[in-house]
Amino acid sequence: MDMPQTKEEFGTPDTREPDYAVRASGISKSYGDTEALRNLSLDFPRGQLTSILGPSGCGKTTLLKIIAGLLSPNSGEVEVNGKPVTGPGPDRAFVFQDFALLPWASVLRNVAFGLELRRVAKSEREGIAEKYIRDVGLTGFENSYPHELSGGMRQRVGLARALSVDAQVLLMDEPFSAVDEQTRRKFQEDLLSLVQQHNKTFIFVTHSIEEAVYVSDQVAILLPRPSRVSEIIRPTSFRNKGTDGIRRDPEYLDIVDKIWESLRNYVE
Amino acid sequence: MKVFGYRLPAMSSLILWGILWEVIGRLGVTFFLPPLSEVLGTLFAIIGTPVFVKALSETAYAFSMGVTASIVIGIPVGILMGKNRLLDELLLPWVNIFLSAPLTALVPVLMVLFGFGMRSIIITTALFAIWIIILNSRAGVMQINRSLVEMAHSFGARPIDALIKIYFWAALPEILGGVRIGVIRAVKGVIIGQLLISIVGFGALFELYSSNFLMSHFWAVLVVLFALAFTIAEFLGYLERRVSYYAAKR
Repeated sequence: MDMPQTKEEFGTPDTREPDYAVRASGISKSYGDTEALRNLSLDFPRGQLTSILGPSGCGKTTLLKIIAGLLSPNSGEVEVNGKPVTGPGPDRAFVFQDFALLPWASVLRNVAFGLELRRVAKSEREGIAEKYIRDVGLTGFENSYPHELSGGMRQRVGLARALSVDAQVLLMDEPFSAVDEQTRRKFQEDLLSLVQQHNKTFIFVTHSIEEAVYVSDQVAILLPRPSRVSEIIRPTSFRNKGTDGIRRDPEYLDIVDKIWESLRNYVE
Repeated sequence: MKVFGYRLPAMSSLILWGILWEVIGRLGVTFFLPPLSEVLGTLFAIIGTPVFVKALSETAYAFSMGVTASIVIGIPVGILMGKNRLLDELLLPWVNIFLSAPLTALVPVLMVLFGFGMRSIIITTALFAIWIIILNSRAGVMQINRSLVEMAHSFGARPIDALIKIYFWAALPEILGGVRIGVIRAVKGVIIGQLLISIVGFGALFELYSSNFLMSHFWAVLVVLFALAFTIAEFLGYLERRVSYYAAKR
């Protein structure tokens, strides 16, 4: 893979032939006169978490929605497991920034809703949903309604819904931006163990530098006007240090500083 | 509302207006307004009579058929208009015209087209109710949270699933509001239909009583009609309040 922008100074390159679950190549997207993405290429290794990080308005969410098949690019192509994306598919599941829960449905039905749309029988899908409700720590809230839950709990419902359809690729659009700081930290820790437990590919959009470095195997930095991948950073040394050690790790702090250096010029 | 620290039940202002009615009636200002007590007495006297029961059932039949038709047609049409730009451009001018048109003037045309029977009355009723139901369903769909639509799309919802499981429910508070107003308009529609098309049901009673100056009978039927319309509207308002908790959070 020829990727001259990639900087490997923070670790030794992975010598194995990388296996990519999702590959975006040459993506361009305009809204009228506004150019959101220009000729953007980015690959997402299987079983890892890749963050897309950048200032607001750099087309992060647009890229994610193109991968999801919710938007179609003006040019370029996205491949998931080698197959070109033409629309949403069962190989991808989306976690929404504003949760996108059905306010009129219980937690159980919300979590099972992806399966309901796939015509899975009621008893079967509720069995699956209950398992994932347990996994995200919402046992006892099966019959609550979204408006009775806190923001963090609502996003757990959104996460459980995405997990329950068992897609190989999880697309997360700033999933923690609408929850409070403490909940957010807990989420980040939970996300790390989630990535380890499930052999899924996570694509994670965020505007928080710390968050991106904390949770990611690979951070892709997008810069605006026109949007392109400015660099890809792969933290290596602190991944196995446990959830507590990461935030004090020198490499973690270095990467955060370095990303801030490259982004600060783009902050108004 | 609170008076001297006591919480008054809803609609208690009606008691005040009832007393005022009684007083003016007893003063004998006009033959047109007999005292409320006399009206209520007449009401209980006629309410079980075969004439009244027949009028009530004829009116209820035309009313319920007309309202059902306007709901069954109006809600899907409104939802589709809110969803589909082309359909909206095509239909919206007509909906707005018919919403503000003097529908009573159309009744003779309906008589020519559909005859002098129950069918024309039902269509008149539906015409009074349907436009506001369409408009409100459309409005409900147009302000639906885009995330919900994207969510359904991303999980592979078929169009019919999205329509029934997302659009309908998300627009439900507005739809119920439209149905409530539509039902109130349908009460007008059914009586106008009965007065103009064929003299049946409550329309016939109004005609009979007012031409014979039986004012307490006239008012008694009006009170019954008001009570029925009020009860249905309140029931729909209750349903509306039950779903309004999510109206702000879609």
